[in-house]
Amino acid sequence: MKFADVMELLDGEILEGVDVSEMIIDRAYAADLLSDVLALTDERTTLITGTISPQVIRVADILNVIAIIFVRGKRPPKSVVTYAQRVGIPVMCTKKTMFESCGLLYANGVRPCKNRPVSGPGSGCSK
Amino acid sequence: MLEITYSVRAGDIEHGGTASAWLKVELRKEGVSEQLARRAGVIAFEGEMNLILYATRGGTLHVAVDDAYIEIELNDDGPGIEDLDLAMTPGYSTAPYWAANLGFGAGMGLINMERNSDRFEISSHLGEGTRIVCWIDRRKDDNST
Ligand SMILES: Nc1ncnc2c1ncn2[C@@H]1O[C@H](COP(=O)(O)OP(=O)(O)OP(=O)(O)O)[C@@H](O)[C@H]1O
Ligand SMILES: [Mg+2]
Repeated sequence: MKFADVMELLDGEILEGVDVSEMIIDRAYAADLLSDVLALTDERTTLITGTISPQVIRVADILNVIAIIFVRGKRPPKSVVTYAQRVGIPVMCTKKTMFESCGLLYANGVRPCKNRPVSGPGSGCSK
Repeated sequence: MLEITYSVRAGDIEHGGTASAWLKVELRKEGVSEQLARRAGVIAFEGEMNLILYATRGGTLHVAVDDAYIEIELNDDGPGIEDLDLAMTPGYSTAPYWAANLGFGAGMGLINMERNSDRFEISSHLGEGTRIVCWIDRRKDDNST
């Protein structure tokens, strides 16, 4: 779906002025902890997070994340938004929870990006 | 050929990750593929943040690139890691509680470094420090890891 439609669906606010009218959101990944975000492998995904530290943008930049949605009403400080703008990543915030945001996006055709869950003997889910 | 050393200051959370984000840009300029620059960026970021959060006096992030390898080396002079197996266990973390609000403490950093490396070496001694070296093989430039 288009980024603008995501904004409407999540009743969100776009925080900076990159032209995103044609941007398509088709895959997403949701996590608050950055190492969990860094474990995702697929490129060109959207990141849904409640973490608003500047490192989120650095991680998104390193991973080639195409857009970030901040949930639970969190709004990153101006400096963080400016940094996102500088590296060309559009950011949006919504008051909805992570669960609800993910559910709404999923119901509208957005799918999980590939990621690598924890594995190995003694750690990680066995199924 | 590219060789860069960044010094990383202990406790400098605010700038945490800047060296790694910058490194990725430098690697791309050097002709490294997007895929490999991204893996190097992940390794460097995890290493850089660990230096900031845990190394008493910070440390260095050293990167050397030639036609065959991207080598990423992290060094600090303490406190060292007592039990490396434990530190490498998914979910194990001694990150302070405030770090979680900033997105740290999943206990996945060292594992992400290993998973993105073709070869990974870590050695550590209490009171002496920690040394991590990660190699990415440029000759098998694919999506396999
Ligand atoms: N350079 C270091 N010096 C001393 N201890 C370290 C160092 N790097 C890691 N550690 C120890 O190893 C543990 C695991 O590190 P790892 O990077 O895997 O996870 P984390 O930093 O706790 O969380 P995450 O990286 O997922 O945010 C740390 O919590 C810390 O106790
Ligand atoms: Mg770490």
